[in-house]
Amino acid sequence: MPTSVKVVDRKPLSFSERTYLPQIVSGLKITMKNMFKPAVTLEYPDERPKIPTGYRGVPTLVKDPKGREKCVSCQLCEFVCPPKAIRITPGSIAEDDDQAHVEKAPKEFEINMLRCIYCGYCQEVCPEEAIWLQDIYSVSGYSREEMVNKKDKLYELGGTLPDDHFKWDKKKTAEEAGGAHH
Amino acid sequence: MNLPFEIPFENTVLAVAKGTAMIAVVMGMAAYAVLVERKVAAWIQGRPGPNRTSLPLIGGIPVIGPFLTRLGVFQPAADGLKFLFKEDALPGHVNKFYYVLAPLIAFIPAMTTMTVLPFGVWTNAEGVSSPLVLANLDIGILFILAVSSLGVYGIILAGWSANSKYPFLGGIRASAQMISYELAMGLSLLPVFMWHAGNDSTMNIANIIGAQSGWIWHWTIVTQPLSALIFLVALFAETNRLPFDMPESETDLVAGYNTEYGAFKFGLFFVGEYTHIIIGSGVFTALFLGGWYTGLPLLDAPVGILGLLISVSVFLTKTLALVFFFIWVRWTLPRFRYDQVMSLGWTKLLPISVANLLFYTVLIALIETVF
Repeated sequence: MPTSVKVVDRKPLSFSERTYLPQIVSGLKITMKNMFKPAVTLEYPDERPKIPTGYRGVPTLVKDPKGREKCVSCQLCEFVCPPKAIRITPGSIAEDDDQAHVEKAPKEFEINMLRCIYCGYCQEVCPEEAIWLQDIYSVSGYSREEMVNKKDKLYELGGTLPDDHFKWDKKKTAEEAGGAHH
Repeated sequence: MNLPFEIPFENTVLAVAKGTAMIAVVMGMAAYAVLVERKVAAWIQGRPGPNRTSLPLIGGIPVIGPFLTRLGVFQPAADGLKFLFKEDALPGHVNKFYYVLAPLIAFIPAMTTMTVLPFGVWTNAEGVSSPLVLANLDIGILFILAVSSLGVYGIILAGWSANSKYPFLGGIRASAQMISYELAMGLSLLPVFMWHAGNDSTMNIANIIGAQSGWIWHWTIVTQPLSALIFLVALFAETNRLPFDMPESETDLVAGYNTEYGAFKFGLFFVGEYTHIIIGSGVFTALFLGGWYTGLPLLDAPVGILGLLISVSVFLTKTLALVFFFIWVRWTLPRFRYDQVMSLGWTKLLPISVANLLFYTVLIALIETVF
């Protein structure tokens, strides 16, 4: 037997312990104290939990502060998506549009929320910072079709996020100034 | 009563009216005991408890309505209506006659014991006091002990007639537990009767309460704390409350004796159980906590309607405090194991109650011979 084993004696119960009464009284004290503490529960539909930053909720598409849709339908997210939840139909921006130099925008953008695993790869891979997993955590619907988020729904959920770069604006100014290869 | 007109069969009408009123009050208390149970459980566990049920009109009053709703005041109505209107299914494998009979047998004794429980006192102008009670029996406490124990037949019958193993085990446990604790319960009460002997009939609950008038140290719980403790423990066992809820023990027996019951029949068991607790608390209050006496002679029962109100409210306060204690203990203690219940009953409570009886017999004999 190794010497490091420490044998703890199990002491016989004292008389007061065998009557159970002191233990019951101390238990009653604890529960009485608990009764006057505020409830620890969250009354869910009325109260919502605070979502921490960096939370990976439902993937959404965002616009920049000037209202331009950021997605250029490069389809990287579609390719990286492990469960193949994303389907993009690429489209082009009309020639007479003042964003025409961006060239492409999605015609259709579908994210199937029955497939999505909230891994966040799409957000990570997106070169345009157009797809974001934000704070929506509760998804429900009455049919499979309803569970597929279409483009307008995605923009509605995503809203607008701040943009530090406005890279397409810079590109346009550079182009107009003659230095096309920004 | 001096009414300007004659009521035909006046005594009968009065008796029916009184009985109905008492049933209504006790049933209401049982319903609200369920709410208190749920609320206290929730508060102890850090939850808000039932706080949604609301009534259209009262719930709409600006401040009071939401407050009452948060407090769950309307919940018992919803619970009761649910039990009343749910489909009353009759399982195919049960012994139908006894299956239907069992809830009634559990319910009726619980409601019957209230007839002999005095809950207040009326002192007329001449200073003659009479207890407020439906039937002022001279053997009141024996009646309560006898009839309340009949309730266990309902549980045994429910367990047996359901033809299902868990209810069956629950029924067996109920009967074993009843036999084990009934003895200690009866023995713990004998010293109380002897102590208050000298009155005309000490089995009469109102007389026992009367003997505890005056200062707080006249209360039986002060003079006989051990009797009170044994009676209280036995009361917990008799009412099948935690830590002695062997017949139900939902962790090992699903729901025990009422597993196969639903809807209104389950509701009867449920109400019967809570009525049992309320009446048991009332009996404990009467026998040990001085009944309607405050323990301060100054405050005790003035003449007339004021005295009546004070006595009733003091009695109710003590009883409800005890009901709260029952609930508080339930959400504090874990359940005893079945063999622990048996050994506690037979090897601890029974010998202690016998020793208690002997001690007080000798003590009372000494007091009577010396003084």
